[in-house]
Amino acid sequence: MAGLRDTAAAVRQGSTRAADLLEANLAAIAEREAEIHAFNLVLADEARAQAASIDAAVAAGDDPGPLAGLTVALKDNLCTRGIATTCSSKILEGWRPPYDATVVTRLRQAGAIIVGKTNLDEFAMGSSTENSAFGPTRNPLDPSRVPGGSSGGSAAAVAAGFSAFSLGSDTGGSIRQPAALCGVVGVKPTYGYVSRSGLVAFASSLDQIGPFTRTVADAAVVLDVIGGHDPADSTSIPEVHPSLAVALDQGVEGLRVGRITDLPEGADPDVAERLEVAFDALRAAGATIVDVQVPAFTFGLTAYYLIAPAEASSNLARYDGVRYGLRVDAPDTNTMYGATREAGFGDEVKRRIMLGTYALSAGYYDAYYGKALKVRRLIHDDFERAYRNADVLLTPASPSVAFPFGAKGDNPLAMYLCDVYTIPTNLAGHPGMSVPFGTGADGLPVGIQVLAGTLNEPAMFRAAAALERAAGGAGGAS
Amino acid sequence: MSERISEADVAKVARLARLHLTGEEVQRMTAQLGGMLEHFADVDALDLAEVEPMTQPYPLVNVLRDDVVAPSLDRAEVLAAAPSAEDGRFRVPPIIGLEG
Repeated sequence: MAGLRDTAAAVRQGSTRAADLLEANLAAIAEREAEIHAFNLVLADEARAQAASIDAAVAAGDDPGPLAGLTVALKDNLCTRGIATTCSSKILEGWRPPYDATVVTRLRQAGAIIVGKTNLDEFAMGSSTENSAFGPTRNPLDPSRVPGGSSGGSAAAVAAGFSAFSLGSDTGGSIRQPAALCGVVGVKPTYGYVSRSGLVAFASSLDQIGPFTRTVADAAVVLDVIGGHDPADSTSIPEVHPSLAVALDQGVEGLRVGRITDLPEGADPDVAERLEVAFDALRAAGATIVDVQVPAFTFGLTAYYLIAPAEASSNLARYDGVRYGLRVDAPDTNTMYGATREAGFGDEVKRRIMLGTYALSAGYYDAYYGKALKVRRLIHDDFERAYRNADVLLTPASPSVAFPFGAKGDNPLAMYLCDVYTIPTNLAGHPGMSVPFGTGADGLPVGIQVLAGTLNEPAMFRAAAALERAAGGAGGAS
Repeated sequence: MSERISEADVAKVARLARLHLTGEEVQRMTAQLGGMLEHFADVDALDLAEVEPMTQPYPLVNVLRDDVVAPSLDRAEVLAAAPSAEDGRFRVPPIIGLEG
């Protein structure tokens, strides 16, 4: 299958029609979507109209842009003007945003075609997409298993061939973990690399938007379009990012690849084995493997499960039945708030709102939230020290391959452990990505996580491209 | 049962968070939140006295836009999405004189 850049080039030259590309995706959707449930909404009519206008533009001699005719599936927490955006929550069911997210505007301007809005764990809180008000998404590689989460629908859409690429959001691993479980590439950029304007906020100091693609090169193409400063997001980094597409051809000769010697245990043996093979592959490709320590890594989960819920409890206060979304009628406003939120939020969202409200409440703020912020500093500083000796670090993206539905039971902590290797990066604000690297138990894909320091995406992409080559090209499952 | 959080704490926090939890939910939540807070014992063992809290990853300060008029959301479009609106405003149930 051709890469995104070549496919878009063919559309721009008129040798491939956007309409034909789209119909291939819609045929795949017609065949398997009823089983997979990657989407909350498929926009077949709108997509056909967009494809027709792309083809018409090319015929008229215009250039539709670098993503011309490429189909994209958007996580359903990205605002799309006039198109329902639910966050897979009953509290937003039927809501149509009055504006497009910045990333949506940039994709449209680059000629991409939106095929639908993808399923997620409610408000992006979860690691399996089982926690959606509209039912779970299934893993296209084994429908008895979860696709990971929270961006499970976006990962599944790419793995099933429903779209050329997709976007998700990653607060504690919600792009990298489902990418690993579905055998696709998933990138969480440096905090501030991609505008969050129009991403429904979960934990504002941790959230980042990023792509799911079939190859590392494709991820670079998408990030080159959606990245860059946006005045609508006050945390958007003003500096201009170098093109990542350029970094891919540089190889890993001389690159310092760090092994975290005090990484928390818990990876399954099949995953741990693939990590060793990944180090060997990069060494063989010319990289130097160095040992580093990140002692505070192990406190990541604990700090995250105070900081993220604290921010969420504040962000989700806006769902009050007044301005948009669900309202449960009551004789007075205070009762209306409570009844609306009780009916509109699912269990996991309520649990995190409660934990966050508690951590921020008088008498507990210093003991919990304040301490968690200090631990966040330790994690950040430990990573920064490690990056003095290493350009990138490798870890598993997920402790296990895709697991069966219900495997984590009713125990929230068991689910949280899915993100043990991804969470510390969000706290530090650094970039991370998962690249498919062969298979583990039951022939299911294993994702290797490549981490780098602030705005060192070029080194991260060099290492990821080398891993992809070593695994035998796109997909990696050889 | 965790000593870190009681059912009374949970009921109070639910009021603060404007969540009308059922009695069964309060019980379940107390056990689950207690279990999560137990993990904080690891952090309590750290000496954090000299550590500066970190609230955001990238050091940007006082990000302001130019003070110029720009288009904003269309009022009619925004109000059309509201559960209830009247005279160009959001309409809510009574606020004063009742429980609250």
